[in-house]
Amino acid sequence: MTSLNFENVSVSYGEAVAVSSFSDTVRPGEWLCLIGPNGAGKSSLLRAAAGLVKHEGRILVDGTPLNLRSTRRRAALIAHVPQSPALPDDMTTFEYVLLGRNPFVGYFGQETKHDRTMVHQVLDRLCLEDFADRRLGSLSGGERQRIVIARALAQEAPIMLLDEPTSALDIGHQQQALELVDTLRREHGFTVVSAMHDLTLAGLYSDRLALLHHGHCVASGAADEVLRAETLSEFYGVAVSVHHEPDGTVVVIPRRTAPLA
Amino acid sequence: MIHQRERETTKSWWVPAACVALAVAFLFGAMIGPAGPAWWRVPAELLDHLPFVRIDSGATELQSTVLWQIRMPRVVLAGIVGAMLSLAGASFQGVFRNPLVDPYLLGVAAGAGLGATLIFVVGRSTSQSWPVDPLPLAAFIGGLLAVLLTYTVGAGFGASRNPTTLVLAGVAVTSLTTAVQTFMLQKNTDVVRQVYSWILGRLSSATWGDVRLVLPYVVVSGAVLRAHRRLLDVLRVGEDEAQSLGARVDRIRLTVVIAATLGTSAVVSVSGLIGFVGIVVPHLVRLLTGASYRRLLPLSILAGAAFLIVADVPGRVLSDPAETPIGVVTAFLGAPFFILVLRSRQSEAR
Repeated sequence: MTSLNFENVSVSYGEAVAVSSFSDTVRPGEWLCLIGPNGAGKSSLLRAAAGLVKHEGRILVDGTPLNLRSTRRRAALIAHVPQSPALPDDMTTFEYVLLGRNPFVGYFGQETKHDRTMVHQVLDRLCLEDFADRRLGSLSGGERQRIVIARALAQEAPIMLLDEPTSALDIGHQQQALELVDTLRREHGFTVVSAMHDLTLAGLYSDRLALLHHGHCVASGAADEVLRAETLSEFYGVAVSVHHEPDGTVVVIPRRTAPLA
Repeated sequence: MIHQRERETTKSWWVPAACVALAVAFLFGAMIGPAGPAWWRVPAELLDHLPFVRIDSGATELQSTVLWQIRMPRVVLAGIVGAMLSLAGASFQGVFRNPLVDPYLLGVAAGAGLGATLIFVVGRSTSQSWPVDPLPLAAFIGGLLAVLLTYTVGAGFGASRNPTTLVLAGVAVTSLTTAVQTFMLQKNTDVVRQVYSWILGRLSSATWGDVRLVLPYVVVSGAVLRAHRRLLDVLRVGEDEAQSLGARVDRIRLTVVIAATLGTSAVVSVSGLIGFVGIVVPHLVRLLTGASYRRLLPLSILAGAAFLIVADVPGRVLSDPAETPIGVVTAFLGAPFFILVLRSRQSEAR
């Protein structure tokens, strides 16, 4: 199991500061969920950890700074599932999931039999074996999401970064996808960092929440500490009521601000 | 699982099928043309040249010489040129993630032409005495500068969002390059003939010497490009995702562009400007076998060779004894095809 440390991480695009001095320690096997309004810096933070944008400060995997590692080595440690992944219509599921093996194949090399067997095992595990030859263009939203997770799984990286993994899914598929991530996390001991908009689901599945606002981390902790009506109304500018279910689930319900006509 | 295995075996038939197509094209190309032995004597004549095979084809010595010294180098050269152009086309399409580009539309050929013109203007007679013939090198540098300019201009105007932008940038660069070339030719009218015969190419008067001239460049470029077939598949998910999968996108892009430009410039220097091969062949292969570059690159080599050998035949017979340039034949086939591709892309976008 692998830990992920953020030490004063800042990300800027020219003049615009997206993330400002973010520090956090994600323990091995923990699921940290980043929440916050649009433009709060959640995606930028994940992209920095995936090595896709430059950052200041340090991001450490098991105590070693990420930027000291090669692109390939980093990909073997961190799998990144972007918000809207590119799924070429004419690529088959097998071909797509096989891309996850790239960090283990040399520059001019080809995948070995082991890599191909591994992909078949991943497809089997996610009940996708029947889709192996199907073109991505012919799949539904839920199937596509599972295939993207399958690619991340084939990457065998101990850290998984998920950017809005459920934004395009209906409630049933949202639950399925998150259950899948959680099961895999427990099976393989992954460390997960996700960005999510649905606060109830975020609280339900993650171990810990970090609330970002204008690039700053303004609250961090367990669901019942972060998901408070006054905190959410301050940073999201919304009126919500927060319910605590007997099993500890925190439910966030939006309220109308204007009286009904 | 079993289903998958079956599918993989069926797909591997494409390579033998393409090899057969190439062999048929080769035979067809060798059989047809003015002078030379009668077409039905050609297979025997070819077999006769194999080691340990003795067959009397019945062809006269003169006919045999026509076949071996005039027709065969031409067929072989057309094959090499076709293979290189379609391989380069497929590679450019992969590395720019844009199905509409080929070496011509990106300005490589025009840039190579400008580079070659410069050498002619400086003085072909002086440069010929140099230890290394600077002509292919100048063509390569010209081609490389042109494609880099096209990419820079295209990227500046959002080519990653809209594939036609890169094509438009290529058109602009080609026009500019051609204009500079025309200007230089006006100032140096004495080299016009040399330059034009270079641009039109000498496929019709190909010798084994031409084959030997291009072969090293094509082999190096082809080997490098073919070795990138897996990485071009990784690039299909876009720059960011490829990078998060551990691919060094900049390095891949630069290597592929340099290798494809080197090969293209080399073949352009013997074959002249032959358009659309790099776009027609990879597209047909994609339609038949799917878009994975692991299949696309090797099959483009075979199909491209077969295509250009066949496309070279009408030129020999249409206006016999004069020649119809092969570029005219490929443009006749390629231009309507390109418009079809463009149309299907636009209806997809809608």
